[in-house]
Amino acid sequence: MSYTVDFRDCEDAARALVGGKCASLGGLLRAGFAVPPGFAVTTRAYDEFLTQTGLRELVRARQGAVTATDLRGAEAIGAELRGALDAAPVPPRIAEAISIAYAALSPGAPATVAVRSSATTEDLEDASFAGQQESYLGVRGTTGVVAAVRRCWASLFTPQALVYRAHMGLADVEPRMSVGVQEMVDARVAGVTFTLNPVNGDRSKIAVEVCWGLAQGLVNGEITPDRYLVDKVTLGILERSIASQDVEHRLDATRGEVVGAPVPAERREAACLTDEDVIEIARLAKRLERAQGRPLDIEWAVGPGPRVADAVRFVQARPETVWSRRAPVPIVPPLASPLDYIHLIACGELIARAEDA
Amino acid sequence: MPPHTMSEGRTDRFHSPFELTAPPGAEGWERMYPYYYLFSEDRRHLDEGKFWFLESMYNPAPMDPFDAIMAEAWWVAQNAFSTRVWRLPHGLGIDHRVLNGYLYVGPTLLTDRAALAACAVDFRRRAGHYYDHWDEIYEEWTTKARACIEELRAIQVRDLPAVEDERVVTERRGIASSYDLVAAYRSLVDNNTRMAYHHFELLTLGYVALYTFQELCRAAFPGIQDLTVARMVAGINVLLLRPDDEVRALAKLAVELGVADLFAEGVAPGDVLAALEATPEGLRWIEALTKAREPWFWYCTGSGASHKNRAWNDDLSVPFGNVREYARKLQAGQSIDRPVDEVLAERERLTAEYRALLPTDSDRRAFDALGDLARMVVPFVENHNFFVEHWHRATLWNKMREFGEIFVAHGFLADAEDVFLMNRWEVEQALFELTAGWATGMPARGRAFWPGEIQARKGILDALRRWSAPPALGTPPVTVKDPFIVMLWGVTHERILNWLGRTHDETASTVVRGAGASAGVAEGDARVVETFEALASVCDGEILVCPIAAPSWAPVFTRVRAAVSDIGGIMSHAAVVAREYGVPAVVGTGFGTRVIKTGQRLRVNGNDGTVTILS
Repeated sequence: MSYTVDFRDCEDAARALVGGKCASLGGLLRAGFAVPPGFAVTTRAYDEFLTQTGLRELVRARQGAVTATDLRGAEAIGAELRGALDAAPVPPRIAEAISIAYAALSPGAPATVAVRSSATTEDLEDASFAGQQESYLGVRGTTGVVAAVRRCWASLFTPQALVYRAHMGLADVEPRMSVGVQEMVDARVAGVTFTLNPVNGDRSKIAVEVCWGLAQGLVNGEITPDRYLVDKVTLGILERSIASQDVEHRLDATRGEVVGAPVPAERREAACLTDEDVIEIARLAKRLERAQGRPLDIEWAVGPGPRVADAVRFVQARPETVWSRRAPVPIVPPLASPLDYIHLIACGELIARAEDA
Repeated sequence: MPPHTMSEGRTDRFHSPFELTAPPGAEGWERMYPYYYLFSEDRRHLDEGKFWFLESMYNPAPMDPFDAIMAEAWWVAQNAFSTRVWRLPHGLGIDHRVLNGYLYVGPTLLTDRAALAACAVDFRRRAGHYYDHWDEIYEEWTTKARACIEELRAIQVRDLPAVEDERVVTERRGIASSYDLVAAYRSLVDNNTRMAYHHFELLTLGYVALYTFQELCRAAFPGIQDLTVARMVAGINVLLLRPDDEVRALAKLAVELGVADLFAEGVAPGDVLAALEATPEGLRWIEALTKAREPWFWYCTGSGASHKNRAWNDDLSVPFGNVREYARKLQAGQSIDRPVDEVLAERERLTAEYRALLPTDSDRRAFDALGDLARMVVPFVENHNFFVEHWHRATLWNKMREFGEIFVAHGFLADAEDVFLMNRWEVEQALFELTAGWATGMPARGRAFWPGEIQARKGILDALRRWSAPPALGTPPVTVKDPFIVMLWGVTHERILNWLGRTHDETASTVVRGAGASAGVAEGDARVVETFEALASVCDGEILVCPIAAPSWAPVFTRVRAAVSDIGGIMSHAAVVAREYGVPAVVGTGFGTRVIKTGQRLRVNGNDGTVTILS
């Protein structure tokens, strides 16, 4: 068993080792979708780290004391545990494995990567840990990558993660962490796509949100994106609203970091993508959903290049969890014959799903 | 103008019909139509509270007085079926009024819950009987329709002899031919009335099924486009397109036989036929024409609602022109076939994909049942049109022309066509009086009265044609549930609000909205066409803007880049034709022909129903 696994080798069957996020990306890669190259730092690496640093006992001792309602307590315990993990040395064999895998991403010049957490209870279909653990963007160089991996491990013990696990009745279960290290896309346009309408769960729709530059502002709510609602079957755009954007996040390749910059005047009010490109993004999302067999929450970015269809990269693809786990709500009650439905509809007693705002 | 006006300052209502006066030169127009068809003070309160829209699909222009018989016939027949036969729970049918010669129609809502409940029981049983035996009933219907058309064709219209034939005496007939003449006219009217009832016998239930399926789709897939729903129930091998198919086949034959060049522009049909008769190949072509034209060339150039919509059989220059166009395309190496296989494949793909997105098994059962019902009725909904509004209609207008000739012979009219300027009651009176004049040998009063009256009416109708008829009147309805109003005319709540916005500010925006009826986006120069005659002015690559496109305008669809209409829903005939030809189309804009000018650059988006005026 290894400390790192290339995305191409990450499988659903090995979720416990590589985490849901990386397993999902592996599936997409093998299905032929364009995913930026990367590797998972496995839960085995995390386990070894805890064992060799002797921190496992500390973790066990402290986390049982967290309750769902005691935020102060969680803050104190969290600070202690994070401080301890951040200060502990990463075992040399683990650091070496990370170094080799990182170098392989970009032979020659060191790649600028995103380092993202994937707790093994994260991304499972019955719980959404989205936003609970950390991601680090614009990381470059082996030292930076190793440190970022360790910080991700430590983010298992943020107050919100501790409280959340307590709330889900998992306070006594040891969380395990896999970390994804992925080459970043120098995105001129990026966004998020849901393969259902996130407002009402309507599965016949694809919702696309787009912004200039990297998607991080969109994901954390700082940026109001352009929004589209696309019919999944016809791929027709049913609704659109174009937003104004003043600041965009871009990857500064020379410095290896993410910087904010003002959006030039001519782009501020403009739509980030043409209708044709939006439809192409929706079409790809539909194929992804088919490949994974369930509704998805997809983060994507468009790199340099003239054609969006060629330049789009799938950065993350998570199972959608809010609507997918609800029991399906029938559109019509079960009636005996078409005439019963005719009567029902004639009398206007059929209540449509709540409309998108 | 009355001192208090209903809509003064209000932006939530359309104009009251009582506030709109006759345009100059049209004073006295009311006398051309029966008293019951007009807005009147005794019904003012009721009528102002109702919603009326301009029925511009069949009647985009002021109705010629006789032609109004068609509207009157369906006024009774359609509603009798809706309210007294089927007892539809959707509402109490569609009422009519004429204003400045234009036909306005509007829904009558059914709000009484007890009445609704009572309807439901009857509706289930009666509609159920028809849906259960649909195919068989449709076949019987076709036999009935053909018999009705044949009965009409067989009516004898004979002028009165100076001296009655002696056989009246020797055969002891006991009746003079003056009786036969009036009886012939009454038979024509009865025949037309009967056909109007046949029209709605199955059609109403057809629209109910389509409406129900569409509403289910809208509830299951909010925002789904009407066009998408229509594609899921699309009819294959639509009879309405058969005449056009026959013309294509004749065009192919002409090219094969090497006679296509005889169909040159500007050559009269008689001369084309003479040239064809001179060669064996030509004779073979004529043989094919003879087979095709009965009944398929009983196809009107417009909707069939006006006597001016001549049939192809009456004017071969129309189908011959189409032959020329198709032949030219063929000779240029282009295909003229319609993509029938694609329509079916698309129908199946869409249906399967949407079905898979439904939440529960019982939803899928409902979707299957209602979809199957809709697909079962669509052939009738699309095909009946040929029998009722083309073949029967063209036969009736021609039969009326025979009465016109008799009026001319007796000095009532200067021209047989003028008979259409008398309304249906006046024709019977005039004809009766004509027989009195014949019987007494004294000059009938009609000879002094009608010629001048006809002239006056022509002037009035010209003035009425110049009036800009608003798309709607009265009070917008709370809800629109009548299956015809939604599916055929495409008048939905959304469309009404759109019109309301534009009513109070015509320059509101450079975007005119309607329903996307045929997919695709196209840009081009607008050509506003209000009559069939003006069609010839449409150039290649232009965008057709019209009140409504008739199905017989099919060849125009091979020339234009897109089509925009004022009225019409997804199931309107023009929408069906546009889809069959793959031409982007937006229907039901309400204001298209008023706001758009010929020569303006347009972008037509048949996917989302918007027409943007670019220049």
